[in-house]
Amino acid sequence: MTKASTKLFDSKILGDAIRASFSKLDPRVQLRNPVMFAVYLGSILTTVLWLNSLSEATGESSMFVFGVTIWLWFTVLFANFAEAIAEGHGKAQAASLKKSRTTVIARKIANKADRIANEVPANDLKIGDIAIVKAGETIPADGEVIEGVASVDESAITGESAPVVRESGGDRSSVTGGTRVISDWLIIQVKTLPGQSFLDRMIAMVEGAQRQKTPNEIALAILLAALTLIFLLVVATLLPYSIFGVEVSGQGKAISLTVLVALFVCLAPTTIGALLSAIGIAGMNRLSQANVIALSGRAVEAAGDVDVLLLDKTGTITLGNRQATHFIPAAGTTEKELAEAAHLASMADETAEGRSIAVLAKKQFGLRGRELEHIQPHFVPFSARTRMSGVTLDGHEIRKGAAEAVETHVRSLGGFLPEDVRSAVQVVAKSGGTPLVVSRDDKVLGVIELKDIVKGGIKERFAELRQMGIKTVMITGDNPLTAATIAAEAGVDDFLAEATPEAKLSLIREYQKGGRLVAMTGDGTNDAPALAQADVAVAMNSGTQAAKEAGNMVDLDSNPTKLIEIVNIGKQLLMTRGSLTTFSIANDVAKYFAILPAAFAATYPALKALDLMRLSSPSSAILSAVIFNALIIIALVPLALKGVAYRPVGAAQLLRNNLLVYGVGGLIVPFIGIKAIDLLLSAVGLA
Amino acid sequence: MTTNGLLQLVIFFGVLLACVKPVGFYMARVYSGSTTFLDRIIGPVERLLYRLCGIDKTAEMTWRQYSTAVLAFSLMSFLTVYALQRTQGWLPFNPESLPAVSPDSSFNTAVSFTTNTNWQGYGSEITMSYLTQMLALTVQNFVSAAAGMAVLVTLIRGFTRHTTDAIGNFWVDLLRGTLYILLPLSLVLALALVSQGVVQTFGSYQEVTLLEPTVDAVGAEITTQTIAVGPAASQIAIKQLGTNGGGFFNVNSSHPLENPTPLSNLLQLLAILLIPAALCFTFGEMVGDRRQGWAVLAAMLAIFVPLLTITLMSEQAGNPTLAQLGADQLATDLQPGGNMEGKETRFGIVNSSLWAVATTAASNGSVNSMHDSYTPLGGLVPMWLMQLGEVIFGGVGSGLYGMLMFAIVAVFLSGLMVGRTPEYLGKKIGAFEMKMASLAILFPCAMVLVGTAVAVASTSGSETIFNPGPHGFSEVLYAFSSAGNNNGSAFAGLGANTPFYNCLLGLAMLVGRFWVMLPVLAIAGSLAAKKTVPSGPGTLPTHTPLFVVLLVAVVIVVGALSFFPALALGPIVEHLLTSTAR
Repeated sequence: MTKASTKLFDSKILGDAIRASFSKLDPRVQLRNPVMFAVYLGSILTTVLWLNSLSEATGESSMFVFGVTIWLWFTVLFANFAEAIAEGHGKAQAASLKKSRTTVIARKIANKADRIANEVPANDLKIGDIAIVKAGETIPADGEVIEGVASVDESAITGESAPVVRESGGDRSSVTGGTRVISDWLIIQVKTLPGQSFLDRMIAMVEGAQRQKTPNEIALAILLAALTLIFLLVVATLLPYSIFGVEVSGQGKAISLTVLVALFVCLAPTTIGALLSAIGIAGMNRLSQANVIALSGRAVEAAGDVDVLLLDKTGTITLGNRQATHFIPAAGTTEKELAEAAHLASMADETAEGRSIAVLAKKQFGLRGRELEHIQPHFVPFSARTRMSGVTLDGHEIRKGAAEAVETHVRSLGGFLPEDVRSAVQVVAKSGGTPLVVSRDDKVLGVIELKDIVKGGIKERFAELRQMGIKTVMITGDNPLTAATIAAEAGVDDFLAEATPEAKLSLIREYQKGGRLVAMTGDGTNDAPALAQADVAVAMNSGTQAAKEAGNMVDLDSNPTKLIEIVNIGKQLLMTRGSLTTFSIANDVAKYFAILPAAFAATYPALKALDLMRLSSPSSAILSAVIFNALIIIALVPLALKGVAYRPVGAAQLLRNNLLVYGVGGLIVPFIGIKAIDLLLSAVGLA
Repeated sequence: MTTNGLLQLVIFFGVLLACVKPVGFYMARVYSGSTTFLDRIIGPVERLLYRLCGIDKTAEMTWRQYSTAVLAFSLMSFLTVYALQRTQGWLPFNPESLPAVSPDSSFNTAVSFTTNTNWQGYGSEITMSYLTQMLALTVQNFVSAAAGMAVLVTLIRGFTRHTTDAIGNFWVDLLRGTLYILLPLSLVLALALVSQGVVQTFGSYQEVTLLEPTVDAVGAEITTQTIAVGPAASQIAIKQLGTNGGGFFNVNSSHPLENPTPLSNLLQLLAILLIPAALCFTFGEMVGDRRQGWAVLAAMLAIFVPLLTITLMSEQAGNPTLAQLGADQLATDLQPGGNMEGKETRFGIVNSSLWAVATTAASNGSVNSMHDSYTPLGGLVPMWLMQLGEVIFGGVGSGLYGMLMFAIVAVFLSGLMVGRTPEYLGKKIGAFEMKMASLAILFPCAMVLVGTAVAVASTSGSETIFNPGPHGFSEVLYAFSSAGNNNGSAFAGLGANTPFYNCLLGLAMLVGRFWVMLPVLAIAGSLAAKKTVPSGPGTLPTHTPLFVVLLVAVVIVVGALSFFPALALGPIVEHLLTSTAR
């Protein structure tokens, strides 16, 4: 998936959205949103009133009724537009995903050994079927590699053009339907039914077809419906009140239906009601822009509530692997000598640790591999038996390995482990590093210190999380001593050392029992139980199928710190809803001051005193309020799509800021807006 | 306002706030079943009653069982009160031989007293026998108040308990509230009132010779007067403490035998707000964080004090029409000044206004001056305080649980604004709680708006409106605000003892009581079943001034938005008309 256009108003999306605004006028669509449905009914009612005012004298200017009617319809259309444009962004993403879902022919085979393939459409594959995929072919369904190694182009899903290796066994065995094998071949076993594949679910999510309302959204919808009901009562009872008022004051006439509908629409929480679904869809879109696919909207919301974050040490907190940081020579050996030996011993060591030793030697002493060209080295690879690796050249045996392994080795040659080396080993281990001892023949040359390198900037991110009220826990297989050192260096709040899958699971359960909401990331099959238990579980896309099934979100970039972004998005989603609700309700105050004096101008002229804005005429006052109410929806669409900015400050500070901006702002803005529209209307002579 | 008036206000608030902690703490102990200093005296009675009624003190109920118990108990109470009124002519303790009360009035009164409203469509001393007053009305004054407190305590338990469906035993809560809280306090207050000259007798009405004979409408000389007496003090004590407000005499606490002295006035004023204010502390104490209780109390005061100031100022400013005619309305040593129409000269502006605001803030409804005669703005305040849902102090129990419904809405909004699923006192607020809180806020509101609309639109409703113009509208609006929110005070000027008003107001009282109680109990049950979430730095604290501001804003905004149009057509336009008449 290419990164969705970050432009808010792409012309194609805009055009589609405008068209959709009209097609959404279908009452069945409107019925889904009670607030807007009420406005919809109001618009129909005023349309009838307008038609009526054309044919007979109702005592109301039909221009005025027409003005109100038009703007009520605009209110409905603007709400539709907001939803449509949010959906448009999602659809654009889905469309690019869909391209990869062309009809695929699968080569089904009976078993691993079978080489006679039976060509069937991918849609006919069932769970457990086995298929072979060769270079250049598309993988027909989500599954597990059971044989073969191949490089796979997963750009359709991840947007990452570099191919990834998929092989049987281990943590790189899962493949996604719709991705392409570039080289070699794979035999896969189908793990999902057609139509329910990962890609299908992703498309459904971003398209919003499966969008279910999240718990907080439902609660808010209830509050909004209750408010709408109250305002409906307020407006409905105003009619008998005004009839009675006319009776007792003996002047004016009862409030007209047009004005009642206008008042109702202005009071009902239309601003938030119109933007509510757009906010939800936009939240999901932001998530997919971050290259995270949420398999349920609930999880996104829960992300905002996370209290505890479990993070794997490797790859998340520290750089992928340990790196050599120091050469500590034994007495009688120079550091260069040690570095040289270490460098030679690591020549053929393709592990990250081995490479880092070569890099350090090169950096510190400018050692290079070319010196080796004329000698005939014999490389000794690492073996589980000796627990050492190294090289034999010019009759010298150079070895590196764990202290005990090297000690055993040199003793067998008649050497010994000097005390200063032994203590250096202990010092390194205590400081959280891994000591590797280097020997030449029976002589111990010294110690290489390997250390976990904490990622740059990670400490600041954890501080940020702490500010947000989230506790970070580092999970590692290291011993407690090493774990504690790295934990302190990275600034996490707590750590779980020597973690087994069971220990992870019970840690999560323990937090949950205490009422905490736990988030974690994982990729391996052994993470699956913990992922399933966590409230917010982000599986790495590079991970196994089991991990992806267990999680409720998948990070396509396989970036473990993505959780922080997800938490932000979750919080932003709630904040946008809350802030716009506050704004919407605060707006009502000004609208009362505009409409009430206007509505009762004839019956109780004294109420003119409430007309704080000094609007030019009663009809202009009512029209201005209705127009403002419609325009504010459009004005807030960008905010609804982008979301209210979240800064990691304490809850109280955040509330204070948002109350000030959206509460107090919501009180003041409509006074200015309505007055401005009124001035404009009277300037063009419409009022 | 005079210095003297200000001093009286300071004394009132000082004494009230000083009582909050001890009384609140004591009530928390009563409801958590802890030992109290009254155990030795009341304990045996309590145990005897449990045995007689076959109540298992330890058996707890689910919220549905609790609701059923509340409803069943209220229904029994209603039937009893209704039956006693209808049969009082044949029953003892009826020295004036008062006949049976009419069916519609009996219905209205029975509803009124079982819902803790104490709206009185009748004139007491010419309608109710002593037996009806004591056995029907006074008993309800106790138990309807105790039922309100029981529901509140249940809601508090919802917050404190977790993962359980047991929320307490209604019969135990009802009994303990009555025996340990209402009875002792009433006893003390009744004795204090008797010492001030409030009557307490079973004797018949007194015939006295007038010092200054007068003549009636046809010119016949009148030399004697009948003075109504009765067992008043005992009923008045509980009428104030239980936020009932139903007077023993028709003119309520402006009657010299019901409220004879400045001290009795102060005591009764304190009694009106004592339990509702102290329950805030009980709430804080029981949830284990007193600051939560103080925050709610602060929010109540933050609305109460400014509104009191408005009433005081507009009453002291007097009537512009009279000012135009040259009347001296300035406060001097010789006169209270201001708008004294409908006020007792012995109470003056300050004590009348304070009473009017306190009695409508709390859902008490007793009066010592006639609200109908207040200036439009002075009268707007009591009306609006009721329309806010009787949550500023409110009824005993019912006021605080109503306020907590608003707190739930405030927590919900603020939770969203800080980007976190809202939680209050460690409980996540979800869709169910929002639904129930919305219902609890919506129903009383609907009863006021719709009731008023039906009354002004129908002939039977509008024919007994005795005042012209917007004031007549205010009277109807006031009546429904009072009934729909279970206050019970009346604006007067409206003939409300008609079958139409008796039935419609009775309905409003029923809905206003039980359609708040049931959602509250449902929330209690739902909260108790939830896990308790420990608070962290991401949790929004609900004891800070910021939250108090938000809570106040939610109460005010909901109240203002719902009633602004109605108020504009009543008191606001009346104010504008009278002030521009100058």
